[in-house]
Amino acid sequence: MIASQLSIFAENKPGKLAEVTGILAGEKINIRATAISTSDTFGVIHLIVDDPERALAALTKAGVLVKIRRVLAVLLDDRPGGLDKLAQLLAREGININNAYGFVLENRVRAVFVVDVDDPEKAVKIIEKKGFKTLDTEALAAVEPFHYMKY
Amino acid sequence: MYWEKDIETISRDNLAALQWEHLQQTLKQAAKSHYYGNLFKKTGLAPEDVRSLADLEKIPPTTKDDLREHWPYGFVATPKDDLVRMHSSSGTTGRATVIFHTAGDLNEWTNLLARCMYMSGMRRNDVFQNMMTYGLFTGGLGFHYGAERIGALVIPAGAGNSKRQIQLLQDFETTVIHIIPSYALHLSTVFEELKLDPRGTRIRIAYIGAEPHSEKMRQKIEDIYGFKAYNSYGLSEMNGPGVAFECPCQNGLHIWEDNFIVEIIDPATLKPVPDGEEGELVMTTLRREGMPILRYRTKDLTRIVPGECPCGRTHRRIERIKGRTDDMMILKGVNIFPIQIEKKLMGIPGVGKNFLIILDREGYNDHMTIKVEVERQFFDGDLKHLEGLRKRIVEELKSDILITPKVDLVTPESLPQSEGKAKRVIDNRKD
Repeated sequence: MIASQLSIFAENKPGKLAEVTGILAGEKINIRATAISTSDTFGVIHLIVDDPERALAALTKAGVLVKIRRVLAVLLDDRPGGLDKLAQLLAREGININNAYGFVLENRVRAVFVVDVDDPEKAVKIIEKKGFKTLDTEALAAVEPFHYMKY
Repeated sequence: MYWEKDIETISRDNLAALQWEHLQQTLKQAAKSHYYGNLFKKTGLAPEDVRSLADLEKIPPTTKDDLREHWPYGFVATPKDDLVRMHSSSGTTGRATVIFHTAGDLNEWTNLLARCMYMSGMRRNDVFQNMMTYGLFTGGLGFHYGAERIGALVIPAGAGNSKRQIQLLQDFETTVIHIIPSYALHLSTVFEELKLDPRGTRIRIAYIGAEPHSEKMRQKIEDIYGFKAYNSYGLSEMNGPGVAFECPCQNGLHIWEDNFIVEIIDPATLKPVPDGEEGELVMTTLRREGMPILRYRTKDLTRIVPGECPCGRTHRRIERIKGRTDDMMILKGVNIFPIQIEKKLMGIPGVGKNFLIILDREGYNDHMTIKVEVERQFFDGDLKHLEGLRKRIVEELKSDILITPKVDLVTPESLPQSEGKAKRVIDNRKD
């Protein structure tokens, strides 16, 4: 399955993330995971949210430059070697990672690794064949971040 | 103290007679060119209708656009075989302006530069290091030949390469230099890096030009180096340097009225303003045969300094250039129009609607930053593609405006709209 990630263009200066989070907070959109990549004076904010389409509409309406990117959200075991198993597979298959980040779903049980690759359709077939589970937007919206509740 | 005493101290009446004589020749010569031939036909004016210097006003002014539109040979008034040199103003977008010279034109131009340099004290025993770009730009070759005419030893150092410049200054005991003011300031920091005293050279005279600068900046340069710095004004359309130059009084630049008719006009009404009032400098060549230009609008703002100069020269003085009537920017001696940048940017896929040019001075270095809106459709969330776009903009601009700008990509519609009178340039440079 393929998940949707919001990718937001932002100038690299104070207040730019707050602009985005302010809009999402107002829309009561929940953020699952974030990553920011920067290049000198600008960067891209990547977000996994529970309702990407609504977030896209709200951000666009506010003048933010945002696109939905198709990414893989791969379920991993949250234990030593969990990410390595996936990384070795990607290496063997020659799949290059453009961007990636992860978050824990359930402490010491499950984690999600979000991977941005050139051809997500092809990549998802390869890794699902090897037994990995991938989440789509709906599944990502449904999962509860249990680890927060434990603290 | 005079290179040509008779001419430099000529009485105003005799100067007017001389100008009138040369103006008649110039009008006849200009009529041979495609552009002025047509202009005279179109307006029903004939060179003979100009019966006095005051009648010159009847001729419509010539603009840079006219030069561009009749590129390259539309203004040439001699057979092409008589042309021996061309120069071109910086900026390669669209059509640059090209100026052609005959051997006679170069001789006159060289004489003017010799006159300027001699006036400020250069003699044949001087060693002259020319730290200006040689090539299409007039500053390098113009001064070069002028200094040779005086008989000085010329070091054609060219621009940049600061450590070698300093080495040359030391090895050959340079006494006179020609340098862009912002580069003079930058070069002083290289002296410091090398743990050398900028006052420890043999330089006694510097000619600073090719970019407008304030009196304060001149004084700073003089203080740092301990030499006299003289302001040089020129533009390629009027040969290049040698148009107007400071004498030892350093109070205004004598503009050589035996070679040019000088008018200061109100840029809005195009009517002349009295001496002492600020306006746009308009010039007519009097000695050029290859490419005479009548009433050229320089777009430079200045005023005539009223009164006589204690140096005895009767040619009037203009004040240092105050600014421009158009939006031309001068950065490191390079002339840049925002339209050049606009044309280039709008040809690059991924560039949005608006941009903003910001000029800053950091220490002694001028920088150009261009904020460019990203096109909405271009953005796909991939930072690599943005970085690629930024690099492409830098490369394309660099090849065009000869300066490497810093480029910032910004969100669409975040800059002032380009329609109407949007401010496209913010100049934060101070003295």
